[in-house]
Formats: sequence, C-alpha cells, structure tokens
Amino acid sequence: MAECHPVGFQWVMEAKKRGAKVIHVDPRFTRTSALAHEHVALRAGSDIAFLGGLINYVLSNGKEFRDYVVAYTNAGAILREDYADAEDLDGLFSGFDPETGQYDVTTWAYEDAEPAPAAGKRELWVHPDDEHGGEHHRRSARPESYGSGGAAVHAKPSIDETLEHPRCVFQVLKRHYARYTPEVVADICGVSTRQFLDVAEAITANSDRRRTTAWVYSVGWTHHTVGVQYIRAASILQLLLGNIGRPGGGILALRGHASIQGSTDIPTLFNILPGYIPMPHAHQHLDLDMFVGLDAGQTGFWGNMRSYVVSLLKAWWGEYATAENDFRFDYLPRLTGDHGTYQTVYNQLSGKCKGYFLVGENPAVGSANGKLQRLGMANLDWLVVRDMQMIESATFWQDGPEIATGELSSTEIGTEVFFLPAASHVEKDGSFTNTQRLLQWHHKAVEPPGDARSDLWFYYHLGRIIREKLRDSTDPRDRPLQELTWSYPVHGPTDEPDAESVLAEINGSGPGGPLPSYTTLKDDGSTSCGCWIYCGVYADGQNHAADRVPGSKQDWVAPKWAWAWPLNRRILYNRASADPEGRPWSERKRYVWWDAEKGTWVSPDVPDFETTKPPDYTPPDGATAEDALSGADPFIMQTDGKGWLFAPAGLTDGPLPTHYEPHESPVDNPLYTQQASPARQTFGGEHNRYNPVGSDVYPYAFTTYRLTEHHTAGGMSRALPYLSELQPEFFCEVSPALAEETGLEHGGWATIISARTAIEARVLVTERMKPLRVRGRTIHQVGLPYHWGPNGLSTGDSANDLLSVVLDPNVHIQESKAATCDIWPGRRPRGKALPELVREYQRRAGIEGSEA
Amino acid sequence: MSESGYADTQPRMGFFTDTSVCIGCKACEVACKEWNLVPASGEDLLGMSYDNTGDLGANSWRHVAFIEQQVPASRVDNLGMPTIGAPEQDGAGVRWLMSSDVCKHCTHAACLDVCPTGALFRTEFDTVVVQPDICNGCGYCVPACPYGVIEKREDDGRAFKCTLCYDRIGDGLEPACAKACPTDSIQYGELDELRERAERRKQELHDDGVTEARLYGENPDDGVGGTGAFFLLLDEPEVYGLPPDPVVTTRDLPDMWRRAGAAALGVAAAVVASFVGARR
Repeated sequence: MAECHPVGFQWVMEAKKRGAKVIHVDPRFTRTSALAHEHVALRAGSDIAFLGGLINYVLSNGKEFRDYVVAYTNAGAILREDYADAEDLDGLFSGFDPETGQYDVTTWAYEDAEPAPAAGKRELWVHPDDEHGGEHHRRSARPESYGSGGAAVHAKPSIDETLEHPRCVFQVLKRHYARYTPEVVADICGVSTRQFLDVAEAITANSDRRRTTAWVYSVGWTHHTVGVQYIRAASILQLLLGNIGRPGGGILALRGHASIQGSTDIPTLFNILPGYIPMPHAHQHLDLDMFVGLDAGQTGFWGNMRSYVVSLLKAWWGEYATAENDFRFDYLPRLTGDHGTYQTVYNQLSGKCKGYFLVGENPAVGSANGKLQRLGMANLDWLVVRDMQMIESATFWQDGPEIATGELSSTEIGTEVFFLPAASHVEKDGSFTNTQRLLQWHHKAVEPPGDARSDLWFYYHLGRIIREKLRDSTDPRDRPLQELTWSYPVHGPTDEPDAESVLAEINGSGPGGPLPSYTTLKDDGSTSCGCWIYCGVYADGQNHAADRVPGSKQDWVAPKWAWAWPLNRRILYNRASADPEGRPWSERKRYVWWDAEKGTWVSPDVPDFETTKPPDYTPPDGATAEDALSGADPFIMQTDGKGWLFAPAGLTDGPLPTHYEPHESPVDNPLYTQQASPARQTFGGEHNRYNPVGSDVYPYAFTTYRLTEHHTAGGMSRALPYLSELQPEFFCEVSPALAEETGLEHGGWATIISARTAIEARVLVTERMKPLRVRGRTIHQVGLPYHWGPNGLSTGDSANDLLSVVLDPNVHIQESKAATCDIWPGRRPRGKALPELVREYQRRAGIEGSEA
Repeated sequence: MSESGYADTQPRMGFFTDTSVCIGCKACEVACKEWNLVPASGEDLLGMSYDNTGDLGANSWRHVAFIEQQVPASRVDNLGMPTIGAPEQDGAGVRWLMSSDVCKHCTHAACLDVCPTGALFRTEFDTVVVQPDICNGCGYCVPACPYGVIEKREDDGRAFKCTLCYDRIGDGLEPACAKACPTDSIQYGELDELRERAERRKQELHDDGVTEARLYGENPDDGVGGTGAFFLLLDEPEVYGLPPDPVVTTRDLPDMWRRAGAAALGVAAAVVASFVGARR
C-alpha cells in the first residue's frame, strides 16, 4: 500500500501512531513491509491457503463472533443433500462437467430454495441447449449478469440457529477448512507456523464486540485464476469475525489507479450498465419485463431494479422513452458472449474485431502476453489511441519488439493508427471516485497543451458529429443515436462541454428538479437518472462532490468532505454495527443504533437501512423488494439480507474458496489431485503456450508488480524526467541465494524466459527477496516490476510479455501475479535469435506445437 | 541576537525529518524539483537499493536514502520492526531504512562564512540561501560544507542547494517537500517547537521499544551549533551517509589565521634578523 498508494498510506501510519498493529502479507518485501510491524512473506499464488488457514483457526478455536455470525450471515442455512464439497471430490465441487470444464451450480443452492438458475428467473427463458444461452452463456456472460448484490436466491432457506445441523453452512465451512492447519499453511505458503499463528492470534484478538480488524488488498489478490475466490476468502473471514459493516472493519480494495472505482460505477466494462445493472443478453432479455424479472419476486433493494433501469433509459433517450415503447429498452446494446479484453484480442487475431479505441490504456505494455496484444492490434483496420504520451500501443507497428525479431514488418501492418493527445486530470473539470466510493471533484487548473482535449470533449464532439452525419438517415439502426439525449452546454475557445451538467444528468431529475435519493426513482418514466447509485450527488442543484469542509470543522465521520455513494453513506451495511435489537455491539464501536422513542435509526453516518424500519420488523408473506427483509437483515442488497459465508449462487468456480495452485506453478497441490482451478479460462494459439507444472525448464516462480515511482504501463511517468530518473530502467529483484545458484550479478543483466518470450532486465540482488521452503523444496521467486517498454526516458523490456493469458472465469481477469520462468545471467538474444531461443525452451519443455 | 547572529525579528524556521515514518515515496524529491525548477539529474540505475539519486547536489536538493540491513530476526522482533520470511527457516530478518536528506541550514554555516561575494546569506528565517544572481561560481562553499550538500552545477558553474523554499515560507506556505510528504515524515515549523516535538517522538518510540531512535542535528552544542534541519534516525548517522560529528569547517579559521599571522610575523622577524645579522 505504501508502494502503490503512498498518499492513502498516511492513514495507516496515523493508525499505527494510535496503536494499530500493521501486518503486511506479500511475497515481496516492499516499502509497506518496511513500515509494518510484521511482514509475512508467502509464495505468490498461495493466499487462499493462508486465508483458509485463518478461517480454520477461527472455527477450530471457537473464535468466531457468534452472535453476529448467527444473526447476520447465512451460517445456519441448510444446504441440499446432493451438494458435495471439494473435500469430498478431491478438489471438485458437485456439478462439474469435465467435458466443458464448467459447473452446473444447481446443487450449491439452499435446501428449500427452488432450484433456480443462478441469475434469477429471467434465465428460465433459456433452453439449456440453446447455443446462445445455456452453457455458452454460463461460460461467457452469466457471472457478469449479477448486479452489486450478487445472484438472487429465491426462497429463504431453512435455518438452524444452533449451527449444529451437519448440512448447515457453518458445519460445511468447518469441514471444508479443517485440513488448513498451520502445518499445511507452512507447507503451501512457505510461512512458518509460528509466524502464521502470530497473525492468527493478532487478528482474532483484535476482532470482537469492542474491536475490529480491516483487510486491505490490491491487484495482488485479484490477478489470479482464482482472484474472485481470494476476495471471497477474506469475506468469509471478516464475516466470521464480525468485521463487516462496522467502523474500523471491512475489506478495502485499493484500485489500480485513480477513479477505477468510478469506471466500474459508470462502467467501461462490457457487461454492466451504470450502477451495476447487468448488460442485457441478446437472446434472453427480449423486453424490459424479462430483463427486470418483475415476476421473479426479488427481495432486497435490487427488487427496485425496474425504477433504476427505466430512469436510466429516460436519461439516455428522454422524451423518446415512453411506457408504450418499453422506454426504448430495445435500444440498449446486447451481449452475445464474452466481449472482455482478452477475448477481444483473440477476435482481433481472427479478424472479427476490426477497430479499437484505446483510451488511457497501454496494452502493449500493461496487459498479459504483450506479444498477443501487439499481434492483435497489428491485425486491425484502425486503432484510435488517446493518451498523453506516444505510448507503445501507438508505436508498436514502428518499433515494437516484433519488428526487431522480424515477426512483424511495418510495411505489412495494415492498421491505421490515429493518435489523439489527451488532457490530464489537472487540465479538465471532473470527478474521481475512490475506493471508499467517494466522489471528489477536481477543477481545471491549467489549459491542456496544444491539441490535447478532455475525454469529455472528445466523446461529446464525436457523438455530435456522428449525429449530424446521421441526421437524415432513415435506417432504423440509427434511431438510438438520433434520439439520444446529447445536449450539454459548452464553453471556452475549444467548446469544452460543462462537466457539471453531466454530473447533473447522472444524478437525475424529476418533476421537482434534481433528485435527492435513489429511493425517489420511479418506474413510470417520471424520473431520469444516469446512475442510480450516484443519485443525490447533485441534490438541491449543488455539486456535493465538490464539498470540501475540512475534517477539523466537522464530526469524525466527515460527511461534508466530498460525497460517497449511495446517499453519502460512508460505511456500507452499517446496520451490522448494531446487534439484532438495534443496540451498538459496544460503546467503543458505536456507529448506528435504533432510537425506540423516536422510532428511527440514528448514526453520525447515513444508516444503511430504512430509517424507520424497527429491529423487530418481520416481513409479511408475499412482501417484495426491501419489504421482504426483516429489521435485523443488514445486507440489504442481498436477496436474503444475509452476509454469505457460502455462495449458493453467483460464482462459476465454486461456492467456497479452496486452494488451487496457479496455472503455472513450480509445485503440486498437496490438498487435491486437482492441481489448478478446474473452471479457469484457458486460451490456445502458438503465442500463448503454457509452462508445464513443476517444469525443470521453467523452474522459478515470478511475480509482477509496481513501484511508487512509476504509473502502471508508464504512460504517465516514463516520459517525465523527474519520475524517470528515480527508477531509470527495468530491473528484476532476486535473492542472494538465487543469484549464487544462477550466476546473476548485482547491477548486471539477466535474461528471463517463459513459453511466451524472453526479456532482459538489470539485476538487483537483495536480501528483501527470500527463498521459501515449500513442499519440502526451496522455491525461488523473481520479482518483476512491469512498468517498462521501449518508449520514453526510462526504458526496458516489458515484464508482462512473459505472461500467458489464463483467466479467472468469473471476471475474466488474467493471472499476472504468479507464473514460472527460467533466469540466467546476460542479455537476451537479438533479432531472429530471440524467438528461436523461446522455441528451443518450448522443445525442451515438450510444449512446442501444443495447443492449450 | 540568535545563536547564528541574526536579529530576532521572527522565530527560526526549520525541518524536522522523522525517518521512522518515511515510506520512501520520493514525493519530496519531485515536489522540490517541480517548485524550484531544479533540472533533472539524468537516468542512471545506481544499484543502491531503490535509491537512484545517490546524494545531495546541485540538482538534488532532497535525497531519499534506502538502506537495506540484515538483522537477526529476534532483534528485529524486539524492535517491533518487521521480519521477513520464516524465522524457523532462516534466522535473518531484513530492515529497510528510508530517510529524506536535505541541507542542514546550520547555525554556524561554513558555506556562508567562506562565500566571498555574499551570494550565500542568512535569511530572516535563519535559513541559509544562495542567491544565484550574485554567485560567481568560485566554489569555495563546496568543500566548506561538512555534509557535502552544496555543489556547483556543471553546465552552469554556479552553486545550488536547498533554499528551504525561501519563496514559499515568506508567503506563509510550507516548503514544497513538506507539503508533498504524505506521512508527515518531513515537518516544517518553528525550530524550537520542532525540537520539542522531536524529543516527544523519540520518547514515544523508546517507550514502544524502538530504543535506537535518536535525534541528529538537534543539539545546539554540536560542531555546527545545531542544524535548522534535523532528523530522527533509527541507526548510527554513518548508516545514512551522515557525518557522526560534523564540525563547521571554518571553526578553526580565526585560530588558524592567528597562527598563520604569528608564523608570518615569526618569518618576518627571522628575515629581519637575518638582514640584521648580515650587516654584522
């Protein structure tokens, strides 16, 4: 966190000053480790074993926060008799189809819940054999089709509050993690049992009615074939310890860079609409009713999805969206499968994808398997690059690594590249949304240089020009564009659109002007709202993202600094900070409580609950939406109002996190015959071959990461002299033991080889890298910061070129934090000799010509 | 009059750099260069841990040192500092010290003493600043500095160093490095208050078992009369590349001149005597 989020780390330092114990769990020793009380060096890719060990420690020592677990989680829910755990099936959960490599999730449901498909009743419209639904859909799009509340479950399960029933979640959990003992953790992770127990004792001692523990993670957890399950494992631990919805608790996701949170809220992702509304599927969601699943009787706040969707359609198509025409639901784009970034690269290679926009992204350096990225872009008709610098993704056709090896030739690449200079955040108005869901407004400080323009300017005027060109078109496919709401005030010599007017549109308005809250959204077309969770940011016509009352001039929750979605709420699910009767769990952690006299919930924050629903409220039969949740159900976005220890629906790769090895691992999986996640997404092709497990040819583990001095793929740092001089070139970090074993010299060169390519790096030999004892062997890890490419002032080979494309099946994210390689002293070969070296290695590993 | 000889028009201002909370982000280095328009020093991988700046100089007015130390795991544990790896497997732990160095703005500043043009002067804040429009590039100040801070810019010829952001503090702003520091490792303020704050912080760390926390440069009785920029360190000064017992290099000058004068007189007397003798 100190390494990649130094500004946020000031608060960790402040907490440390006040007595907080800081533990850093990371394969490498970073600036964070330097300031932590304890650094736990574990093997990259072994975190579920570590977290599973902590879960087992909690459960086998009775350290769970019992009252919280019984009342607020699904610990007591009874599972179906035909559910089989990974512990029963040697690493597979019930429902796995080895033919397709996918799970049928039916048996993971609660016992009394109808055996509904995961995404809700709307999917029942799909015949299981339908090639566009069914399996195909499960593979490609289904996990994306859940909103922020996850999948729906359709009935309240039978609950055993004693948590003794052998098929209740709590007992299943106990059995599932029973083998994750300190010794097994040590064997898999390379962490000593003493150190593991130190951590276990520290976090359990610090989690009860009076105390809370927070977990903070970054992409070191998400970039795995089981990345989603990493986070799930942390969720289970935090729910068991009662650390969710309470001050000082939670799981804090540090995003990759500024406003990545914002770019999922108002998404740049293919599979969601603003506010985590799923993107409709072409063959399932034929109309609004089928999409919203009105008849599915959803419970929880997603039960109001129709209002959110109708208001969004009104924001986009205004007067043209009416009840008679389904509010132009048919104008929305539709999914037909996986349109994620890596699938798109394969579509480029096969010629299906012909044009590409890169906006502030440098996949030639920043994405896994850079060669595949560059080959894909070389096969396009056109490519638009909007960036502040001439990044590698704009120049690969001229000076990319494949030009040097002769694999590509500038004269033969047909891609027409348009480079458009972009304004930086200080050169435009707008907002950042951070990981706390805090929208913070920034005002333009200086004019952008030369032709550089804001993204808002670019898209507004692009849309304006396209609409002008289509004005007289009678082609029905142009009508969504012709009828689009596309009118914003512009100002200044460049006709810059007014960013605040966009914020006002996102906030939404009704007959009375700007809306104060998403609870005022209607499904009759009388309200419009560009993103329901942002509703209220522009309440009373004021830009609350720009609120800047200093902390010293307001209370400790500081609601007047910027604006947090939803409804300026600073801690989500904060109803859980009070006991089921509505009393704070302790005075020390007092946050939200029920005032019986006034009949209302009280908090220095905005209570995450209906303000007047009493703790003893019991939903009547047939209640829907939030009315179907009781007064003691804090997790109001879930259909059952509970925190899910066990996920009865919503995941493609298992209802419980379990330890699988990374796709490329130097060791076997001691827990199961099943080595890696059975549902992981693999790809083929001669440029995406995989290193075999435990290969002598690629014997070392490596992990990729970032440094404080550079920004992701370097577009914002490698061209700047003041930053470039601080980390002037690509280097690898190795331990003295590995240096001795391989003959690497400090300050010299290393060649690092995988089945994809070979790269070279300067060598830093450091005691901060330590060999680990894993499975009775010494495992060496090579550390590779991934910022570099050939352009700019600070240059070097790209670490990501070493990586393969192998993905988490839930979210299609690549495994870039754990893979294998070989390393030896000296520079890599040049020209044609480079691919020859890679092929020679493939031959030795027996994977030449293999199609994964 | 202050110890340095400046009339007490306003309190002496300075830096307290608490290295125990430095995260090595180098924001101070960048903010300093941005504000003061200091040229880049060029791309060169030094192999000194994450330090690619190397030392203070004409083009580096802040320098973050990174020191990697091997320490016995048990010792590390006692200090409440991190260990790495599995102690059962390997008894050694690692400690990574980071520290942002800067011009000390000495009470007795030798650079100022030796400057023949008056380019180096003491400001109303009791800081030491070079005026580039007066500096003639003679370079006397360079060897005079006991810390090796001030340096001549090669392509320019004149000497440069930290000004403690003279053009900011006059307007009530804190220096750029302190402003940018996310963890308040670099603190700017009235020197007297900073010294009290530093003493409290040292005590706090001692109470937490970090007994090797020590202050450096806070003592008005040291060889430079105490520094306007002082530090809390977690090891011996030498570990950070700081002189353990700095002495203002001009301390002995008066004495030396006296001796030189006496010697000259002696020689003159001898010469006179020899002439006198010759007449004989």
